[in-house]
Amino acid sequence: MDFNDTPEEAAFRAEVRGFLSAHAQPKAGVRPILRQGGLDADGVARCKKWQATKADAGFAGLTWPKRFGGREASPILQVIYNQEEDDFVVPRGLYEIGLGMCIPTMMAYAADEHLDRYVRPALRGEEVWCQLFSEPAGGSDLAALRTRAERDGGDWIINGQKIWTSGAHLSDFGIIVVRTDPNVPKHEGLTFFFLDMKSPGIDVRPIHQMSGARHFNEVFFTDVRVPDSQRLGAVGQGWRVSLTTLMTERLAVGDAQRPEVDDLVALSRRLRIDGKPAVQNAAVRERIAEWHARSQGLKFTRFRTMTALSKGETPGPENSIHKLVNASKQQDIASYGLDLMGAGGLVVDDDLTEAYAMFQSALLTSPSMRIAGGSDEILRNIIAERVLGLPPDIRADKGIPFNQVPTGRR
Amino acid sequence: MNFDFSDDLKQLRDQARRFLSEQCTPAVVRRSLDGQEVFAADLWREIGGMGWIGAAIPESYGGAGLGYEGLCVLAEEIGRAVAPVPFGSTAYLAAEAILTAGSDAQRREWLPKLADGSVIGCFALWEGNGNPEPVAIHARCVGGLLKGSKWPVADGGIAGVAVIVARDESGQPGLFLADLAGVRRRDLRTLDPTRNHARLDFDATPVEKLGGGWGAVQRVLDRAAILFAFEQVGGAEACLTMARDYALDRYAFGRPIGSFQAIKHKLADMYVALELARSNAYYGAWALGADATDLPLAAATARVSATEAFELASKENIQTHGGIGFTWAVDCHLFYRRSKQLALGIGSAPFWKHRLVDLLETRNAA
Ligand SMILES: Cc1cc2nc3c(=O)[nH]c(=O)nc-3n(C[C@H](O)[C@H](O)[C@H](O)COP(=O)(O)OP(=O)(O)OC[C@H]3O[C@@H](n4cnc5c(N)ncnc54)[C@H](O)[C@@H]3O)c2cc1C
Repeated sequence: MDFNDTPEEAAFRAEVRGFLSAHAQPKAGVRPILRQGGLDADGVARCKKWQATKADAGFAGLTWPKRFGGREASPILQVIYNQEEDDFVVPRGLYEIGLGMCIPTMMAYAADEHLDRYVRPALRGEEVWCQLFSEPAGGSDLAALRTRAERDGGDWIINGQKIWTSGAHLSDFGIIVVRTDPNVPKHEGLTFFFLDMKSPGIDVRPIHQMSGARHFNEVFFTDVRVPDSQRLGAVGQGWRVSLTTLMTERLAVGDAQRPEVDDLVALSRRLRIDGKPAVQNAAVRERIAEWHARSQGLKFTRFRTMTALSKGETPGPENSIHKLVNASKQQDIASYGLDLMGAGGLVVDDDLTEAYAMFQSALLTSPSMRIAGGSDEILRNIIAERVLGLPPDIRADKGIPFNQVPTGRR
Repeated sequence: MNFDFSDDLKQLRDQARRFLSEQCTPAVVRRSLDGQEVFAADLWREIGGMGWIGAAIPESYGGAGLGYEGLCVLAEEIGRAVAPVPFGSTAYLAAEAILTAGSDAQRREWLPKLADGSVIGCFALWEGNGNPEPVAIHARCVGGLLKGSKWPVADGGIAGVAVIVARDESGQPGLFLADLAGVRRRDLRTLDPTRNHARLDFDATPVEKLGGGWGAVQRVLDRAAILFAFEQVGGAEACLTMARDYALDRYAFGRPIGSFQAIKHKLADMYVALELARSNAYYGAWALGADATDLPLAAATARVSATEAFELASKENIQTHGGIGFTWAVDCHLFYRRSKQLALGIGSAPFWKHRLVDLLETRNAA
């Protein structure tokens, strides 16, 4: 075992560090910026500027084909880039879905002429993409979605509603999965498209989140016309295409959000219990130790994944553990930190509150981590079924035409 | 980055797994459980003959010189098989203590015999309840003669040599070495009869001093914690496999119990705990091999993680089995017992959690 970079990796790491030092501010000692309110116009501008800088320097789309501005680098270099970038303050939140999920799906299914048109602008951050999957009737059970598309000559006409679409209000394009045949079982009647978010008939309405932000949206479709040439995959094969998107989601291994355990240690050094620093309290110490063990466990699991990647293996469903562990850990650390603060923990004020209100902010945003991109329960199902080989859930909708599947009131 | 065991070591692990699945069957473990034999002496001889005990002992002292990563992969298999042999006491504790704190003469005298299994080692730390802390040590050596009682001492009833934690004439705690011939000892009944435990009463027993004070004791414990973690990981994985297999075969309400989410999610949680523990243990293996400066923190982390994983997996394995899991005849309790034996053997979870935070604070202060 060793943790050393190969000469090629070391050279790349140095190159990345050189780039980041020249163009971004190191995190150490910088006050964290809380995004309680989501991305405002300034935030969007910062994201766009950073993405262009990154792409022009050749650090965006590292693993992508050269013809689209990528480097065809091995995934390990992407991991190295991410590790290094993590030490710097860079604007986030606008491109993760587009570059992490939408464009990779395009690259797997879209025609060359479309790739030539869309990939480079996406990579430079000139065009923003969103993922129109979830619906009121189809979240975890995505294939229960109801938005319809009907053929009309060389076009398709889309009617229905998507929901929870992150960044739809800032997006130029989207990938969408819709029902084209309700008379067959649910997975068989779906078809996949990409579309222009400025198409007539699309109405995007931001949703007010419990954290106060408005970053996800309802998206209504009224007779929205999409040319058949924007179909990805065959008619009725939409589920398969969706799985490609969801697989790339799994590869985007979620790094821990703050507050991390070190933030809790720092906090419990400042706060006092029984007149002594809280970090000397036995109960506090045990919690810190447990979270530290979990954090480190994830870090070294990532190292094992990197090792597998560098041997040319593809990470599988076992990667689900990252988000599963991180999401609850963040929520629990946030809540525990506030418990240690006591009544002062109620106050959300950058200047008055400990750690620039990081714990308060995380208390209100962390519930979303346990739902988005596969809920805790779905991830446990995936581990149980795909890693441990346990039987799938018994389904009440199996083999039944979609339009005869029982539905609830919500 | 290469954060995995080498192909050679994976091969060693596979061989060990195969060997133990044939030679250390539950029937063998149960001979110790039922008191027919104190430990699996035949198995022990074979293990010694294959060089496992001395895996990390340099060849110049009669070991196999496979390095610590080799000992780690073997520890995992010993844990998976719930092997009723004094492997940990001899290899992770006694031999390690002599290797790290003994003089060259002491190493030459004892390590070859420990490595081939002809002498069993033990680590006499405890004096009843408590944590591995200086205040808990009362045994004292005056003029080369040791007085005091040590219990429970894992494998103390079958060992030929003991490394003992005691105070010297000036009251400083440290490590001593004693030939156990003639020492009064008595086997103790414990939660885990598949491992011998004894009380040793030293009454002016001649001992030799090993080097170092409490620092040496802690160093031995830190290093052993990583090897214990591998045993715990092996045990936890065995429980998860056992529970998974049972959940696939056992039907209730017309379907495999493994199709109920309460069972699926329980097993998924066992898997998560196991993977985190495994990753932390791997880092420990690296730290052992490299004698890294952050070995103590790596050890405490691996230990906390592995204790959690094995305790969870062994109790939820019983739960997954239902009534039959509570019987003497089914093997679930072998793991449940062993998980507590390993959890308590070198300081329990709360002790290691506190140590972990101490180390974290020292690191952050630096
Ligand atoms: C912040 C945020 C951003 C998002 N961004 C996007 C986006 O950009 N694009 C997009 O398409 N979607 C997005 N989503 C939607 C997200 O993918 C869904 O919310 C998620 O898949 C859950 O679906 P649901 O909300 O319908 O909940 P449901 O599926 O109704 O789940 C409700 C509860 O039931 C549980 N449950 C459901 N099925 C099972 C089962 N089989 N076994 C056990 N328990 C089950 C769930 O775990 C959950 O606890 C986002 C969500 C959030 C919170």
